[in-house]
Amino acid sequence: MTPNGWLQILLFLAVVLAVTKPLGLFMTRVFEGERTFLHPLLRPVERLVYRLTGVDERREMRWTEYAASMLLFSLVSMLALYLIQRLQGVLPINPQGLPGVDTAASATGGYVGSAFNTAASFTTNTDWQAYVPETTMSYLTQMLGLAYHNFASAAVGIALAIAFIRGIARKEANTIGNFWVDFVRCNLYVLLPLCSVFALVLVSQGVVQNFRPYDTARPLDPQSAVQTIAQGPVASQEAIKMLGTNGGGFFNANSAHPFENPTPFSNFLQLVSIFAIAAGLTYTLGRMTGSQRHGWAVLAAMVVLFLAGVTTAYWAETRGNPILSGAGVDQTVSAGQSGGNMEGKEVRFGQAESTLFATVTTDASCGAVNSMHDSYTPLGGLVPLVNIMLGEIIFGGVGSGLYGMLIMVILSVFIAGLMVGRTPEYLGKKIEAYDVKMAMLYVLIFPLIILVFAAVSSVSSSFGTSQLGNAGPHGLSEILYAFTSGTGNNGSAFAGISANTYWYNTAIGVATLFGRFMMIVPMLAVAGNLARKKAVPPSLGTFPVTSPLFTTLLVSVIVIVGALTFFPALSLGPVVEHYLMYAGQTF
Amino acid sequence: MADKSKKISIWDQKIIRRAVVDSFRKLDPRTMMRNPVMFVVEVGSCLATLQLVRGIISPVQGVTDTLFELQITLWLWFTVLFANFAEAMAEGRGKAQADNLRRARTETTAKRLLPGGKTEVVGAPELRKDDLVLVEAGDFIPSDGEIIEGVASVDESAITGESAPVIRESGGDRSAVTGGTRVLSDWIKVRITSNPGETFLDRMIALVEGASRQKTPNEIALAILLAGLTIIFLLAVVTLQPFAIYSNAPQTIFVLVSLLVCLIPTTIGGLLSAIGIAGMDRLVQHNVLAMSGRAVEAAGDVNTLLLDKTGTITLGNRQAAEFIPLPGVTEAELADAAQLSSFADETPEGRSIVLLAEEKYGIRGRELAPHEARFIPFTAQTRMSGVDLGGREIRKGAVDAIEKYIAGDDGGARLREARAALTVAVRSAAEVSGGAATKELREIVERISKQGGTPLVVADGRRALGVIYLKDIVKGGMRERFDQLRQMGIRTVMITGDNPLTAATIAREAGVDDFLAEAKPEDKMALIKREQSEGKLVAMTGDGTNDAPALAQADVGVAMNTGTQAAKEAGNMVDLDSNPTKLIEVVEIGKQLLMTRGALTTFSIANDVAKYFAIIPAMFSGVATLSALNALNVMGLRTPQSAILSAVIFNAVVIIALIPLALRGVKYRPMSAAALLRRNFLIYGLGGLVAPFAGIKLIDVIIHAAGLA
Repeated sequence: MTPNGWLQILLFLAVVLAVTKPLGLFMTRVFEGERTFLHPLLRPVERLVYRLTGVDERREMRWTEYAASMLLFSLVSMLALYLIQRLQGVLPINPQGLPGVDTAASATGGYVGSAFNTAASFTTNTDWQAYVPETTMSYLTQMLGLAYHNFASAAVGIALAIAFIRGIARKEANTIGNFWVDFVRCNLYVLLPLCSVFALVLVSQGVVQNFRPYDTARPLDPQSAVQTIAQGPVASQEAIKMLGTNGGGFFNANSAHPFENPTPFSNFLQLVSIFAIAAGLTYTLGRMTGSQRHGWAVLAAMVVLFLAGVTTAYWAETRGNPILSGAGVDQTVSAGQSGGNMEGKEVRFGQAESTLFATVTTDASCGAVNSMHDSYTPLGGLVPLVNIMLGEIIFGGVGSGLYGMLIMVILSVFIAGLMVGRTPEYLGKKIEAYDVKMAMLYVLIFPLIILVFAAVSSVSSSFGTSQLGNAGPHGLSEILYAFTSGTGNNGSAFAGISANTYWYNTAIGVATLFGRFMMIVPMLAVAGNLARKKAVPPSLGTFPVTSPLFTTLLVSVIVIVGALTFFPALSLGPVVEHYLMYAGQTF
Repeated sequence: MADKSKKISIWDQKIIRRAVVDSFRKLDPRTMMRNPVMFVVEVGSCLATLQLVRGIISPVQGVTDTLFELQITLWLWFTVLFANFAEAMAEGRGKAQADNLRRARTETTAKRLLPGGKTEVVGAPELRKDDLVLVEAGDFIPSDGEIIEGVASVDESAITGESAPVIRESGGDRSAVTGGTRVLSDWIKVRITSNPGETFLDRMIALVEGASRQKTPNEIALAILLAGLTIIFLLAVVTLQPFAIYSNAPQTIFVLVSLLVCLIPTTIGGLLSAIGIAGMDRLVQHNVLAMSGRAVEAAGDVNTLLLDKTGTITLGNRQAAEFIPLPGVTEAELADAAQLSSFADETPEGRSIVLLAEEKYGIRGRELAPHEARFIPFTAQTRMSGVDLGGREIRKGAVDAIEKYIAGDDGGARLREARAALTVAVRSAAEVSGGAATKELREIVERISKQGGTPLVVADGRRALGVIYLKDIVKGGMRERFDQLRQMGIRTVMITGDNPLTAATIAREAGVDDFLAEAKPEDKMALIKREQSEGKLVAMTGDGTNDAPALAQADVGVAMNTGTQAAKEAGNMVDLDSNPTKLIEVVEIGKQLLMTRGALTTFSIANDVAKYFAIIPAMFSGVATLSALNALNVMGLRTPQSAILSAVIFNAVVIIALIPLALRGVKYRPMSAAALLRRNFLIYGLGGLVAPFAGIKLIDVIIHAAGLA
């Protein structure tokens, strides 16, 4: 670890904290229906959208209707993406002439469930990519299918978070907002303007944006094979890939690819954009619930967990591999070399920017990568895995991170709230049996999906372990990571596992759907139930949700509940691998 | 206050013996199913037992380790039994209370009144609602009822533990009688108000026995949380086996069940119902009966306490605080006259005047022979009392009454005169005793009224001497208690019939947050509804029939046992001591109950960390490829068997160790929620994290020394 590295990490955090308030304030105004500086331009467009779609923007929905609208919308979008993929061979804007996904002519040579996996994965903001984009997806599919979902799934997440906040903030109300209105406003006022600006900045850094067929480059050495230079409309997709915590790369190498992430500046902006909206939403939470300090306390918990993760990963990676040190390899970090464990990392990013990226992309459910997590040291690789296992709530996916965190807040308040001698209440709302039931359901579904799928895969040699690139504990980490990433809607790959198979495509696809929608429904049920309640005015006897003590408590509950759930599995994966590495054994 | 004889020691041998038997009886799976956490442990124990038997019958070389397996199986069963024991202990204490009460429910006979005025003797169980019975001195009152005629002193010690008899009379707020109590003197006619099996005593017995115990809302919510955690850990353990198989280290049933039992929240799961029963029990020990556990929980949540001024905040009666003479009169002169006028005044106010004169001015009581003194008692007409002594006519009374008297009113004849005439009288009084003196008198009277006191004017003949300042005396320690309540975030509102001026003064002196002056029952009701509409929970006490609607509306309504049947029916708690101040203790007990639940839940969850560090390395360190995991054995436990056994034993023993805490409750301290949270989080959170490391290590050392593993 170097002072320079820490400076980069802390500068990143400082910028994220700096954009929290302005973004949060802006989103509050947007979702409260107040005027913003964009209204003169966009309000007519918004009205037009409602007129065309027949949405009454003043009509409020109960949580059940909100959930049903969201599910229906997601289902239709998902089917559309599935069809676009299968039919891309006959659709336009396909200069490479790529065949339909899962067809006999495609790279997989037949049906392996890849189109379903991708459709599920992009609908759920996961963006797990079993396919290789440059040889699989046409430009039309990338833009109309994938980039569309990058906007849609992000807007759905943010809308849900706003609905949840309304549930907390409203008193004796039956409704939690209108899904269509929240969705439209999120896209129109938040995502589209931000992404337009961001995409242009990325272009200025060298991110490509064109519709040309791939170029070929003839190396000077005639013996070498001809290289194909993939390109396309990258910048427009890159912006929402980061801001919407989607993470699905235009290219297989994702943000390690120079066309996606060409410069240190673009790398820094991508990092900030992953956290920006999630951080801003904590401010929106404080604003809308009238307890700004609670918003900051929640953000503080996220920051603490983020710092713990990045410190561990950065430390483990710069420390490098002891076996190499034993063999006389110089792994020290110096001006002349990046140092540490550089396998799978870009030299241009070095240790700090790589481990920071790995931490940020898994804290948030982004899943974009600028280095290969599979090549990390066991502890370095444990960090991304644990980040996702904690439920994608350290900033988390846009919207989903906040509502996931708030479910943990409710559980923390319930467990510890009793200790102040009152039945637990959260910002004046009593936490009762129904809320606990739904919150537990939310918490329960997550490990259920991960552990069951991973357990099945780990004992099946025919479809499970046969796809592993590594044996022993590292292989187990690969399986665990795949299902954790899918269920957590992260989408980053540990790699090392050939997941473009029928079993993994189907299982991970199902995991993404369950991990998203089976958790959203109980979450919305909590929101609807909270909205109906009376609010007890705060007093000295009220459980404090604004203090550093609360933040400590929240972090403890998240870590203990998360760790207790996954520690047995992790102990046989990265944990034992770590000790074995120090005993001189690798996998 | 609570009768000491009602307190039952935690270590009462009889209860423990009964509890031991009950803990085996409770192994019935149908009973266990009600507690999902412990049911999982029981199923695990059964699995281990089956496996143990299988291992004994056909041992597998290199796998079967009968000594270890036997010990694990036994300790798993102990875990279930210990949890059952905790519940049985709590119930046993309730049963012991119930036995005390049952003694009062002796089979009695009743004299039922027949239409003709005659009586017939019937067994008490034959009495039905609306029957009329005659109860004479020495008789037990056969069932709950309302006195319709007569007045009697009643021994209610069977129910309240209070040995002093109480007066019960028809009409008003003291007309309710309870079955099982005994009439000591006189006779009463009682209209029976409840059918057999539904009497107050019956309900009390059922309540303390836990027969009608239903899970409270918060208990249900907590049970859901615990069930959820149990499922999560079940998942973690069940899926660990495939991962272990992948790692070539399959585990035995014993190890997996041990891990599961250690992880699921058995500590709180085993003690949860005991905590609830014990909370009710603590109320009973304070001589308060809660009609439901829900009410106890609500007590912990109370935001606003409505307290009646008289009897709760102030002593029931006003007391003389000062003698304020008019110009030209010495204090001693006034004190002497005041004392003389009060010798025959047996009211607490009168006695306080005699006492004040004695203490402050050393005026000793004098023997007044009846022939030289004629006492004038207080009547509602004259509203004065006093004494005629050697030609002196000393009077004391309300200012207008005395002014009339001074003006030459004989105290009776002109009483019914109109207000206009009074003004004339006052004017004439001014002529008699001098304008300045009257003005002075008015000023003093006004000042005292403003301060919330009651002025009593003393006159000697036609001359006003000065004013006795009667003051409401705030009970000792009330200010501190209100301060404590404020720290806990509870607002106190004083309810009084006094005018706002008086109310404000007493409110200030007592340190309550707010007051409701000139309160009528409907005002009280409106106040409760207003508070509740803001989401607050309200607690109050009451005894009169006109309190009943408010008692029913309040979230916690404590009815006084001396109160009417209607009040008792309306409230959700009854205070057998009829001490309205006890509302504060009720709130504390509610809070204590919730805190105990929270503390043990936190403790239980925090415990898991250490158990992982004991069991996980033990599971895998025996496998050559995974032995590196022994690095996690931070406690340095001797052998894998001993590590697992120690964790299981710790897990079981901690239930027993925490039974006293569950039954007594976490110590309650009045402080803000933030301070309480910090304190309890440190003790039960951090303590729960650290304690098992030490505990498991200690058990490991003992096991190893004993050569058990």
